[in-house]
Amino acid sequence: MKKLNKLTKNSFLSYGVVIAFYIVMQILIGGGMVSNSLKGQLIPICAYVIMAVSLNLTVGILGDLSLGHAGFMSVGAFAGVIVSTTMRFNGIESDIVRMIVAVIVGALVAAVFGILIGIPVLRLKGDYLAIVTLAFGEIIKDILNCLYIGIDEGGLHFKGSAEKLVLGEGGKVIVNGPMGATGVNKISTFTAGIVLVLITLFVVYNLTNSRTGRAIMSIRDNRIAAESVGINITKYKLMAFVTSAALAGCAGVLFGLNYSTVVASKFNFNTSILVLVFVVLGGMGNMFGSVIAAAMLTVLPEMLREVGDYRMLAYALVLILVMIITNNDTLKTYGDLIKEKFRFGKSERKGAEAK
Amino acid sequence: MSKMVPVPHDSIVPERDVNKLPILEARHLGIEFGGLKAVDDFNLTIGRTEIAGLIGPNGAGKTTVFNLLTKVYQPTSGTILLDGKDTHALNTVQVNKAGIARTFQNIRLFGNLSVEDNVKIGLHNQIKYGMANGVLRLPKYWKKEKEMHEKAIELLSIFDMQDMAGNQAGSLPYGAQRRLEIVRALATNPKLLLLDEPAAGMNPSETAELMNNIRKIRDTFKIAVLLIEHDMNLVMGVCEGICVLNFGKIIAKGTPDEIQNNPDVIEAYLGKK
Amino acid sequence: MSFLSYLINGISLGSVYAIIALGYTMVYGIAKMLNFAHGDVIMVGAYISYCVTESLGLPPIVSVLAAMVVCTVLGMTIERFAYKPLRSATSLAVLITAIGVSYLLQNLALLIWGSTPRSFKSIVSNMNSVKLFDGRLTISAEAIVTIIACIVIMVALTLFTSKTKMGKAMRAVSEDKGAAQLMGINVNVTISVTFAIGSALAAIAGVLLCSAYPNLLPTTGSMPGIKAFTAAVLGGIGSIPGAMLGGIVLGIIEIFAKAYISTQLANAIVFAVLIIVLLVKPAGLLGKQIKEKV
Repeated sequence: MKKLNKLTKNSFLSYGVVIAFYIVMQILIGGGMVSNSLKGQLIPICAYVIMAVSLNLTVGILGDLSLGHAGFMSVGAFAGVIVSTTMRFNGIESDIVRMIVAVIVGALVAAVFGILIGIPVLRLKGDYLAIVTLAFGEIIKDILNCLYIGIDEGGLHFKGSAEKLVLGEGGKVIVNGPMGATGVNKISTFTAGIVLVLITLFVVYNLTNSRTGRAIMSIRDNRIAAESVGINITKYKLMAFVTSAALAGCAGVLFGLNYSTVVASKFNFNTSILVLVFVVLGGMGNMFGSVIAAAMLTVLPEMLREVGDYRMLAYALVLILVMIITNNDTLKTYGDLIKEKFRFGKSERKGAEAK
Repeated sequence: MSKMVPVPHDSIVPERDVNKLPILEARHLGIEFGGLKAVDDFNLTIGRTEIAGLIGPNGAGKTTVFNLLTKVYQPTSGTILLDGKDTHALNTVQVNKAGIARTFQNIRLFGNLSVEDNVKIGLHNQIKYGMANGVLRLPKYWKKEKEMHEKAIELLSIFDMQDMAGNQAGSLPYGAQRRLEIVRALATNPKLLLLDEPAAGMNPSETAELMNNIRKIRDTFKIAVLLIEHDMNLVMGVCEGICVLNFGKIIAKGTPDEIQNNPDVIEAYLGKK
Repeated sequence: MSFLSYLINGISLGSVYAIIALGYTMVYGIAKMLNFAHGDVIMVGAYISYCVTESLGLPPIVSVLAAMVVCTVLGMTIERFAYKPLRSATSLAVLITAIGVSYLLQNLALLIWGSTPRSFKSIVSNMNSVKLFDGRLTISAEAIVTIIACIVIMVALTLFTSKTKMGKAMRAVSEDKGAAQLMGINVNVTISVTFAIGSALAAIAGVLLCSAYPNLLPTTGSMPGIKAFTAAVLGGIGSIPGAMLGGIVLGIIEIFAKAYISTQLANAIVFAVLIIVLLVKPAGLLGKQIKEKV
């Protein structure tokens, strides 16, 4: 029997932890043992986990730094809100049906943006790619801030200013420029969030462990060698980037339909950075790490509410210290030495048992 | 070893290949970098099953020739005919699909991936299935993955590396890394294999084994090999035709015996007496 | 006339971006890192200057010097404790650390100075604006001082990097750290000095920025920081004239976009220009393209 490879182990661990988390939470909620503030965090946790895992596909698997991931989230969120409101306006009341359609449309719209941005951008490398993705994220945010969308008998109306948006009898304003989408019907549920997390993990793990995924990783490890064995760099970069964007779109739908008001400025550069922090702390290319880091760091500031004003300060210090401890050469050597010692101890014991 | 016979454009190929279309014909190939002619008027014909050598002092332009053949650089003059077809409009990826695979002087493996995955990436255009099959794990995925695994192990066994399939490529010893690069290149099913200093960093017994393996590859896959090498034992032992480059220009062509006794070659390597 | 006045405003704003961008570009050239906390050093500089004039009642020039001293020390401290341990780490690890430092500075400022905006008093409030063409064109004193400061800094930096020993050492380190070390250049000191200069410039930029846009908050440095970073990339990151050019181009575009197109979309337009420039010239306006050797 061939031993399980690392990736398969990692994937079972992730699926298991996510499902276990769901079951435990359901039991605790049933028993009334979960505070309201934590309950309110469950859907954002799912959304951020999806964001982190999908960004890890771009950063960890493809090896390109993206600082505009929140842009795709906002595109997804607004698409989701528009779809959900439109369906309700047209008499489709079922939450589940609306949620499913919203997720699919949100993912598709984000994917289209992924293609539009990816084609020009993916030719750039390293820090240049980072700044351009950042720029795109900000552009998306600014454009959404200028968008006025409403619906009436005549269908959807997209306008550039509030005055131009004139709606017929019984019409409803969906997005109101910088005020964002207001009066959103909250249809996201924790269950939907967990299902989306599982789908995201499934897509990313299976993609990584396939012909396509290997092609993507070959670009990360050595672009020139990848070309020399006939890997079409642009095609596979785009595949990874667009998949990542589509998944971020799903996260956006989940997030957007969880609040009564959605504003574009929520998905600014700081959100992109936050998700990048999850990815780096969880480990590049390590999806399980992303799941844990995203969940912990989303809850952490809430838990640190006790220390009040100092919580973000503590957060910043923890971030810096963790980066230094995990990346400093000297400290790493000590860490490896300790690990080595443990491993040595284990193998010795094994040897003794064999005797 | 078959006898070398002359062909047009000032080249020689093994007698067994002479009436067949040559696998590679480079005519008046050249490239300039900011006025400097790194390679100039490079003419070479390689027979379909020939093992050819490209030698010369450091900085002579040997790797540049490889980069021209694989279109890492676009030649500023001349033509390359691969299996009779002009490669002018092709890029690196298309050249590989058309039949040239290479290794690199400074090893370029996919270091974070396993040995087997490195070979599977080489098989990318040989055994195919789409992204949907991969993500949804449809029956085609399992069938093609099995096929890929078997093919990868088969290729690795040429160099007796099948037991290392699960190891991380970047953590292999130096010699094994060089061999893995050759296996990966072979996986792309080339007609012409370019090896850039395959014996660099190998000890004499490894080099001897490599010589046998190069012949074995040629005989099993019926392909041509062009290699750059500084180890003269390997070059003289395995190559049928040798081309000597100095300052970007060909200074001699011939069989190992001819090259060893060529005064220009001796001068290029050792300097004037 | 309004066109000219927009142009001057653009150059003035661009000069501030250019001064900030110099800090980004010098640090990038030498330490090969994106110092995301640079924008927050600007904010600290502005707060120090504010405190010195408002609380201690000292003259503006003293406040600028005080801001420069504090920011220099701050920049060197950040480098010593947050970045130096990561000299050999991946650029992504350093980037995340820099983001951590940025959060830290913003939240420290929030604790010290609170979240209510402070109204920054212009350092040249006692100077009059210049009126030209019978008063049809007004150039504010801030704009004049900013543009002059920018030119002086540019000339001084150019002389510094080309004439002085330390400047030459900086260029050597940015070219090849290892070789510079072998030539007896103390790389750590050089990097430290680079951070010191960059931070002192950030303090000046902070004061100038807040003189023109007096609303001072703990997040004040964030957006100008990102835009200056954009300017540095636009001009070609690592290049000092590039940072200058990028900053001024960016400032002009921003003011024109605000005046003629849309205030809300001004930032989007600035970023769009960056994207277009990078697609045409992937290494920025004055950056040099490095090809990977095969």
